[in-house]
Amino acid sequence: MVDIFIMGKRYKVPETLTILDAMEYAGYQMIRGCGCRAGFCGACATVYRMAGGYELLVGLACQTKVEDGMYLAQIPFFPGRKAQFDLEEIKPSVAHFAQLYPEVYRCLGCSSCNKVCPQDIDVMQYIAYIQRGDFEKAADLSFDCLMCGLCVSRCPANIVHYNAALTARRLYSRYIAKPDRFLAERAQAIENGELDAEIDKLVKADKEKLQELYNNREIEK
Amino acid sequence: MVYTPQLTELMKKVEETRPSRVGVDFPRMTQEERRDVLEKFHPDYNLDGFREIKVGVNKGARMPIEMADVFEAYSRIRDLKFDLKADPHYDVDVLVIGGGGAGASAALEAHSTGADVLVATKLRFGDANTMMAQGGIQAADKPNDTPATHFLDVMGGGRLENVPELARALVMDAPLVIKWLEDLGAMFDKKDEGTMITGHGGGTSRKRMHTARDYTGAEIMRTLRDEVLNKGINVVEFSPAVEIILDEQGRAAGAVLYNLETEQYEIARAKTVIIATGGSGRLHYRGFPTSNHHGATADGLVLGYRAGAKTIYADSIQYHPTGGAYPPQLLGLLVTEKTRGLGATPLNINGEQFVYHLETRDVESSAILRECDERGLGVPLPTGIEAVWLDSPLIEIIHGEGTIERQLPAMLRQFQRFDVDIRKEPMLIFPTLHYQNGGLLIDDDAHSTVENLYVAGEAAGGIHGTNRLMGNSLLDIIVFGRRAGRNAAAKSREIPVPEGLNFEHLDSYHQELDNTGAGDGRIGPMVLPHYTHR
Repeated sequence: MVDIFIMGKRYKVPETLTILDAMEYAGYQMIRGCGCRAGFCGACATVYRMAGGYELLVGLACQTKVEDGMYLAQIPFFPGRKAQFDLEEIKPSVAHFAQLYPEVYRCLGCSSCNKVCPQDIDVMQYIAYIQRGDFEKAADLSFDCLMCGLCVSRCPANIVHYNAALTARRLYSRYIAKPDRFLAERAQAIENGELDAEIDKLVKADKEKLQELYNNREIEK
Repeated sequence: MVYTPQLTELMKKVEETRPSRVGVDFPRMTQEERRDVLEKFHPDYNLDGFREIKVGVNKGARMPIEMADVFEAYSRIRDLKFDLKADPHYDVDVLVIGGGGAGASAALEAHSTGADVLVATKLRFGDANTMMAQGGIQAADKPNDTPATHFLDVMGGGRLENVPELARALVMDAPLVIKWLEDLGAMFDKKDEGTMITGHGGGTSRKRMHTARDYTGAEIMRTLRDEVLNKGINVVEFSPAVEIILDEQGRAAGAVLYNLETEQYEIARAKTVIIATGGSGRLHYRGFPTSNHHGATADGLVLGYRAGAKTIYADSIQYHPTGGAYPPQLLGLLVTEKTRGLGATPLNINGEQFVYHLETRDVESSAILRECDERGLGVPLPTGIEAVWLDSPLIEIIHGEGTIERQLPAMLRQFQRFDVDIRKEPMLIFPTLHYQNGGLLIDDDAHSTVENLYVAGEAAGGIHGTNRLMGNSLLDIIVFGRRAGRNAAAKSREIPVPEGLNFEHLDSYHQELDNTGAGDGRIGPMVLPHYTHR
């Protein structure tokens, strides 16, 4: 068992638990600060400090093991701004981006965002790519972002990195990555009803026939 | 390196047999072998875990005990008084209950036709199993594939118990859905000239699994969420619906929302209602760990059922073959099927493969249960449970170094956090409770058996028969989410504001619970799972 301090109160919890499990073990009914419980959703951003230490550390509660002497609190919500836009009206250009998120150009280069990212993303670098209008590189580098908001909580320039990154990825995917041509043709064929006859035959087939077709279907290598 | 000396010793056998396994395909099972392993080892075939429900429209139907418990429960608002004649807190055309992939798709589609839409969700917008779906989304959009071929895979995988019209809708809408997502700026894995990179999943006959690294669901969810917010659709978080309201003719007419933070109830009146509340893994059927998110407690099934909506295949549960088993912090965590899609194979304590690595999920899980149970060849863990190996280092041998980092960044990171390097060390896995194959019965308009009540996503049933294939759930939530949104909005234009709002269906449900004694003082829906250990 180890001692942890949840919002200043001491609890004894087994040392094998994650922060999330430890909070529940301590008696908390999780409402905020808990989402997927598997490191994908960013709901459980947690700030902590070790007894005697001064440095603020961070982690996802569901992905971080408790340690003896951990002083912790969760960030249940962070009021970061999201720019509203019509994807069909904007283009992947510095000019358009500057209207949506002017603050990205105020980055001080302090690297506070990088230090707190639980996904170890080079946040400052993707902000630099956005500033430069290199949306492809920004999209690639920011892809694993969980939008937990820890970067925003530490940014002296008030940048909302995760929303800026999401916009960059949508711009890249919509306008820079090439559309799948065969996909468009297939969608058109379906809308024209060209593939109805083939499938309707199967929908009407009895189970025996379907089983036979299924058992003998060709499987792509 | 978090593996104990005993596990490290056992791991050597995996390393010893590895060279002889590269490039050698383990034989697939015959239909007879599949049936045999399912009947003997799949939890759905073990009747101890089920009971017949005593109340409601499906009285006598078989359900997992834990599900029957939340169905046979009294309403949370039983002793409360509401003035349903007063102006409601929300008054909209379409009420969407649930803020996952299905709810977001439904909201976007309904809004695009001009309907006034409200989304009410229990946790944050996007806290849903959608966010956690890693492996991919199926669609027949390659020249060597057709929706009909996809249909056969869906039906065969579902043991031919699917409602054929629903399976048809699923596969025919699939390419349209991928196109819609591509246009919304979802970042799929593509080749330079734009072609989607697609692979296999368990039970697929063509490579039609589209991916966004191993964050496919997260990428889809954050794109849809962003678009809902762009459109200015009203989303109320931390406000689960706890009861459906009906009108004087027994049609859905809104819901009671419960603000989890202020503990106040609010009335939402709506011309049409869409249940998109997802699954039920947090009920932990048969004590299994689960891959599901915090809010997966079957709430929508319970409210829909009380309002008179029929269920289908409520007794069919999917156990994902590869849940995390060790280290203990990863218990139940989904190890994406893409790991096997890339060539990782399950192995027993002797480092021997015992099942083809891409059987359908039901068969693969049953084979793992058999290996540990009947054959006694599981790997014993320090935590007291057993597991089998999943030989992830094979991936780097087959596809080259760096593949795992590129294709499975989430998996790599999650195991690294607990000091396991899956590029070099095999994973330890065991089946985890993953998906509710059945749900509330819908037709191909996503309409339930109650008028003006639509259902989409994991809460709906019939699409996948009694076993869903990988990549068909991300597809299903968007196909039927959009259908529900479109149809609920169209219906709302045809009908007046509902009148005579009431809870009479609850009175009769309670009466049935009293008469049968089935309620046993329980209150439902569950809303939040309870893991407080004291």
